[in-house]
Amino acid sequence: MNGPTDRGVVWLGSPSFPEAARSALEDGRLRANLKRATSTIRGKRQAVADELDDWEALRDAAAAIKRRTARHLDRYLVRLEESVTAAGGTVHWATDAADANRVVTELVRATGEREVVKIKSMATQEIGLNEHLARAGITAYETDLAELIVQLGDDRPSHILVPAIHRNRTEIRDLFAAEMGRWGRPAPEGLTDDPADLAEAARRHLRQKFLAAKVAVSGANFAVADTGTVVVVESEGNGRMCLTLPQTLITVMGIEKVVPTFGDLEVFLQLLPRSSTGERMNPYTSAWTGTTDGDGPRAFHLVLLDNGRTDTLADTVGRQALACIRCSACLNVCPVFERTGGHAYGSVYPGPIGAVLTPQLVGVENAASLPFASTLCGACYDACPVKIDIPEVLAHLRAEAVEARRAAQRLPTAEAAAMRAAAAVLDSPRLFGAVQRAAGAAGRAVARRGRIGRLPGPLRGWSAARDTPAPPAESFRRWWRENRENGGHGQSGQSGQSGESGESGESGENTNERKEGER
Amino acid sequence: MRIALFLTCFNDTMFPDTGRAVVRVLERLGHTVDFPREQTCCGQMHFNTGYRPEAVPLVERFTRTFAAYDAVVTPSASCAGMIRDSHPVLARDHGSAALQEGVAGLAPRVHEFTEFLTDVLGVTDVGARFPYRVAYHPTCHSLRGLRLGDRPLDLLRAVEGIDLVGLPAADACCGFGGTFAVKNAGTSGAMLADKAQGVLDSGAEVLCAADNSCLMHIGGGLSRRDSAVRTLHLAEILAHGEGVPR
Repeated sequence: MNGPTDRGVVWLGSPSFPEAARSALEDGRLRANLKRATSTIRGKRQAVADELDDWEALRDAAAAIKRRTARHLDRYLVRLEESVTAAGGTVHWATDAADANRVVTELVRATGEREVVKIKSMATQEIGLNEHLARAGITAYETDLAELIVQLGDDRPSHILVPAIHRNRTEIRDLFAAEMGRWGRPAPEGLTDDPADLAEAARRHLRQKFLAAKVAVSGANFAVADTGTVVVVESEGNGRMCLTLPQTLITVMGIEKVVPTFGDLEVFLQLLPRSSTGERMNPYTSAWTGTTDGDGPRAFHLVLLDNGRTDTLADTVGRQALACIRCSACLNVCPVFERTGGHAYGSVYPGPIGAVLTPQLVGVENAASLPFASTLCGACYDACPVKIDIPEVLAHLRAEAVEARRAAQRLPTAEAAAMRAAAAVLDSPRLFGAVQRAAGAAGRAVARRGRIGRLPGPLRGWSAARDTPAPPAESFRRWWRENRENGGHGQSGQSGQSGESGESGESGENTNERKEGER
Repeated sequence: MRIALFLTCFNDTMFPDTGRAVVRVLERLGHTVDFPREQTCCGQMHFNTGYRPEAVPLVERFTRTFAAYDAVVTPSASCAGMIRDSHPVLARDHGSAALQEGVAGLAPRVHEFTEFLTDVLGVTDVGARFPYRVAYHPTCHSLRGLRLGDRPLDLLRAVEGIDLVGLPAADACCGFGGTFAVKNAGTSGAMLADKAQGVLDSGAEVLCAADNSCLMHIGGGLSRRDSAVRTLHLAEILAHGEGVPR
């Protein structure tokens, strides 16, 4: 097993999720940007999913195709290699990020070019390709608008679909005005923060790059094993430019992106745009098969990237994360992501899918806080077009994280000791009763008007935002013993919070006495 | 039908009124309810925090305690979900063949309280009267875990005198998430702030749900804001009144 440094994926030196989330939680503008962006796209996605009668059937079909492909991945990858090679392309196999970076750098070097244009690609983000090319003296220009914004700001992406989702219009205007000139054609004088104005500035800046580029680097949304066809799905048209104008095209693709047949695309091309941008159909779907004389790039290289995917495949529960088609629906519905933004996840894969994918790609011990960065609310599972049961995988990875820590530490952590003690108490009704009485007495001793304001130790964070009710004087089991088991005819009584007469305007008597057959 | 109440360790300690309310409603409907005192906890906290081996004895205890009953009723959507969905996983990965068999046999007989009323007993009107303005919060385990759908609302709509009001962004998680509220207290607090604001905006006097754990979290946030809105388990609303099912 390689170390995480060979795989990329995570930003080394990132703090744990709770710590990294803190700055985002305190950033009012970021939270407003995120809330606006995610709620808009949530609404759109819901509307276009609801209008298809067979949405659930499509999800089932997609999940089944992905499951079958994963089970026989070796066979489909070899088949893909054969098809791509027969169509005039060259296939390269890369075991990890370092390997893939080396292959791509050598391919670019062989062309003699010092600049490449890039189509938005998660796989190249994952391996840190741009940074690696820069160290080799090659400049990679991002041509996707949001990736361009991230690149100009020397920033990190925070979302799978909209990497600059944490930025608003004004910030983007300022960035364009200040930075575009250093990368190429500068922004026009008097640039406003009107979206059309910003898009026009980006178009003019990028047009120059498209027309000059000899080498393009892309990712892939799908690759068809039977035909060797590679597919890129996009909204802006920059991808189409990069796929047609340059002479050399290098595609880096995670090995899980293969689908068996061309017909399988029918399912995914319905699910992806609706789940991703909330569109019925995305504006540009580009598909190419090897190379064609006089049409598009003359040289095509497909780099098949493993980078932890085979390890992930070995886990029968966790492997479903490999079904992800990078639509980002789970991010947009996630209440945690909406508050913390993507950077808190410390990985190119943020949000719910990141919380299950990142720990598997780099080893759970290298991203141990991510499986816990969720309330397990399940919104992601309902939104996922390929039905990845993210909560199930999160719970599974939590167990793995705990086991990994157990194995690495001779002494149990405070949490482990507390969990073990709680299990011992809860496995004994007698002990449990004693602890109930002790906790009740302690709680009532510190409570004011039935409420506890501040709690000590690890519960400090909890009590920072919440009052805690004092436990009532009598647990249910004690009440039951006193009133039901000892021949008492206790009433199950009227509800009402202890110590509060509150809203209970009535006092309906329970006249149901216990009949024969009482224990 | 031999009915057992599984109250959950949390409700037993913190919200005994909810237990009494469940007993009261079921007795009102003519059923006898037993509370086997060997019961403690379903193991959800251990399971969801990654301590699976520690949860296994709790699964064994649960299975042993309730084996003889025709129906086990629990006023907690999250514990019902734990028993139905995760006890089989724990038994398969960490338990004996006998435990697997016991769990598989018992799981279908475990019902969340509102499910039991509507699906097993076929009742939506339990004869309750509760003349207050109430908002219902569909907890994640009710909504997306157990898929309770409209069952809780159907029961509430049948309550005499109730004024049910809508809750803005009702289906959004409140941010409790068990140990999440401790491990990620800041994020949990941010989610709580929005949920609490939604409750205040709804104009409700009472917020109810099928999980006291989420209600304790939301109620704690409301209390910190000096709000007069009370949180009440749905069972306690259904237990109110004269008790004459129509």
